[in-house]
Amino acid sequence: MSNAPVNNGRRRFLTAATSVVGGVGVVGVAVPFIGSWNPSARAKAAGAPVEVNVGKIQPGQLVRAEWRGKPVYVVRRSEKTVSDLAKHDGQLKDPKSEVAQQPEYATNAFRSIKPEFLVALGVCTHLGCAPTYHKDDFDQFVEGVSEGFFCPCHGSKFDMAGRVFQSVPAPSNLMVPEHSFPSDDTLLVGVGPGEA
Amino acid sequence: MNSFLAWIEKRLPLMDAMNKHAAQYPAPKNFNFWYVFGILASVVLVNQLLTGIWLTMSYEPSGDGAFASIEYIMRDVDYGWLLRYMHSTGASAFFIVVYLHMFRGMMYGSYQKPRELLWIFGMLIFLVLMAEAFMGYLLPWGNMSYWGAQVIISLFGAIPVIGDDLTLWIRGDYVISGATLNRFFALHVVAMPLVLVVLVFLHILALHEVGSNNPEGTDIKKPKGSVPPEEQSKFTFHEQYTKKYDIVDAIPFHPYYTVKDLVAVVIFLIGFCWVMFFAPEGGGYFMEAPNFTPANGLKTPEHIAPVWYFGPFYTILRVVPDKLLGAIAMFGAIIMLFALPWFDRGTVKSLKFRCTLHTVNLIQFAICFVVLGALGTMPATPIANMIGIVASFGYFGFFILLWLYSKNEKTKPVPERVSS
Amino acid sequence: MKKFILVLLTLVPMLAMAAGPSIPLDAANNDLSDKESLKKGFKSYINYCLGCHQLQYQRYNRTFADLGISEEDGMANYMYTGEKVGDHITNTMPAKDAAKWFGSAPPDLTLEARFRKNGPDWIYTYLRSFYVDENRPFGVNNTVFKDVGMPHVLQNLQGVQTKVVTKEAVAANAEQGIDAEPEEYYLTPATGGTMTDEEYDVFVRDLTNFLEYVAEPNKLERESLGYKVIGFLFILLIFSYLLKKEYWKDVH
Repeated sequence: MSNAPVNNGRRRFLTAATSVVGGVGVVGVAVPFIGSWNPSARAKAAGAPVEVNVGKIQPGQLVRAEWRGKPVYVVRRSEKTVSDLAKHDGQLKDPKSEVAQQPEYATNAFRSIKPEFLVALGVCTHLGCAPTYHKDDFDQFVEGVSEGFFCPCHGSKFDMAGRVFQSVPAPSNLMVPEHSFPSDDTLLVGVGPGEA
Repeated sequence: MNSFLAWIEKRLPLMDAMNKHAAQYPAPKNFNFWYVFGILASVVLVNQLLTGIWLTMSYEPSGDGAFASIEYIMRDVDYGWLLRYMHSTGASAFFIVVYLHMFRGMMYGSYQKPRELLWIFGMLIFLVLMAEAFMGYLLPWGNMSYWGAQVIISLFGAIPVIGDDLTLWIRGDYVISGATLNRFFALHVVAMPLVLVVLVFLHILALHEVGSNNPEGTDIKKPKGSVPPEEQSKFTFHEQYTKKYDIVDAIPFHPYYTVKDLVAVVIFLIGFCWVMFFAPEGGGYFMEAPNFTPANGLKTPEHIAPVWYFGPFYTILRVVPDKLLGAIAMFGAIIMLFALPWFDRGTVKSLKFRCTLHTVNLIQFAICFVVLGALGTMPATPIANMIGIVASFGYFGFFILLWLYSKNEKTKPVPERVSS
Repeated sequence: MKKFILVLLTLVPMLAMAAGPSIPLDAANNDLSDKESLKKGFKSYINYCLGCHQLQYQRYNRTFADLGISEEDGMANYMYTGEKVGDHITNTMPAKDAAKWFGSAPPDLTLEARFRKNGPDWIYTYLRSFYVDENRPFGVNNTVFKDVGMPHVLQNLQGVQTKVVTKEAVAANAEQGIDAEPEEYYLTPATGGTMTDEEYDVFVRDLTNFLEYVAEPNKLERESLGYKVIGFLFILLIFSYLLKKEYWKDVH
């Protein structure tokens, strides 16, 4: 054993430096382990944008599509439905869609790209049940509103732009997914306009 | 904070355990290059456990889906290829370091009294490791996986009377099938790793109970009171050790061997990564070409060879012209290793102080082992068979010779203390 | 000690002999980083191979991304049967009928370059080694793959080759009383193809390049990551070595 004095400063520096470099290594090793939990190419392929032919949808008709395992409601709204949307703003939690439950290009009075098409996830924002579409008899749930969505699980109510009514458990409007219209008759769910 | 740690320490003496096994564990100061392979084996074990768990997340254990799920991991999962190569390279690396670790034990007599049980635990680890590797090799469900398993399982058919029923029972089907794959999967990812981890734990406990051997085979624990204080090691060791012994020529495992082993681990990782990133197939030995096509029970690969690490034992099996005797010889080769502490009747541990014949014997054993391993991966030509027979005699001869000469061996005097 | 080294040295050539003979292969010399070559190979694969041989583990969009093909370009020029870009590269050939037509179903080729020993060289040589053999169902045989079940799909590009066994070799065999065809042979230059020999070699090299790519799409990424990781480990080595030296001053 040598009697040379121990250079504590050097020792501390080397310990710290090795620990830091080793720490970087540990973080590097963690990358593949963490990265592998991302959606795989298979999941991405299965979650690819879905095309819906909207040419044959009648006014007042709801078509369900499946995108990333979730139901997407596509409703062709009549002109009356669209014009009625503004009438019950006072009864809604978020009439101006201030909560980002829709892409920017759908943040407008009717929460969509084309006023005649509502595209929304059929997933109640309360606990994930599927709201049902009431075409003519919605006023049993909200007086004076003839059309809307009613969630059978806990009674949440949404209007024809997917906006949630006051005093129901659902906290926010129905989610509007990214969507676009590559042509007049096709709706592409999952990709916004001009992205693809 | 300190009072919280004290609270814990009083109920679960973690710090004490750390001191006992690391910061105040007396390790001989003269460990050489050969003493790093234990640490390397544990590094590989951790690698195998982690990557294995992660591979399980994307692997599909079924006859229809297994092969495709490997390619799914290789292509579709982010970094899946890296995790898979870490695991496949790790399997071979495991055997490389374990074989070197075992050879270290043989060179320095680390199996001798009082370390027989330590050696036995080590051998059990080796045995479980072979089972683990064998079962893991079936999982990619490539054609070599299939036929390799076919050949090895057929070995059990050599057992008289129950052989055929036993192979049927192991497979769970008339041929190797999804049923076999599923049970191997369960054993490979759950049962065997559990056993392995417990055995490794016991191996280390047993080591720390008797203490580490060293390249000179001297004892660093002297009877209490026999060494004057100025000649004892200057370092502080746990009272577990100092209570009974005077410690000489020792240094605490931490920090001295932790920093030294870190260097070894980094050098090992450089080699490991070199193979993994630039030659993950290991020249066709770590990943065999015929395994890149799905298992096909009707199409045998031209040349079935077990993975290289089974080579030595496979060759011994193959050179014996009788099925049952071949299997006995193969298992015998492993049993010989188990019994090594009793074949060696000598008391001098390190080859440095043993007779020249011992060194020669050890070298011929190593050569025979490597030759047997090489032959195991080659087709069974007559000339290969001939060499294999010679090497098998060399393998078994090592133990017999050792038993004979170790009784009245002419040894050099073993120094009392580690020479510096 | 010396004696044992001597024994070992004599063993080495014997072990090599035990490994047995192998067919000589031409070096493919393909370049995985050559994206133009890969694109041509991909295109050729789709035109000439995909009809029978699937790449069922590889996706179109992955291939497009790796080869630098845009999805529009890919869908227009590489996908003919209306799949989605995320789909695997498959065909619609029913395996049972295929087995009837060719003796055995045409194998998937995703991993062919790894399944064959020296895969790229094997593929490169194989595709250039068809020769006329009237005894075979499709009139061709292959020097690399004896009694191959596959017709020479690229024959109108390459032309026809004939296998010639040298008279000397035949004579030598006869002399030794060996009844088999001699192992020494050569193939005549191909005639009647639309490509010259050089053009055909380049064509096959591109195809080989693509098959090597598709067998392991991560190969280039793997190697580039490898340099970084090993570089990092060397830095760690320097620090840990200095640390070890510093601490071990206590011991020495």
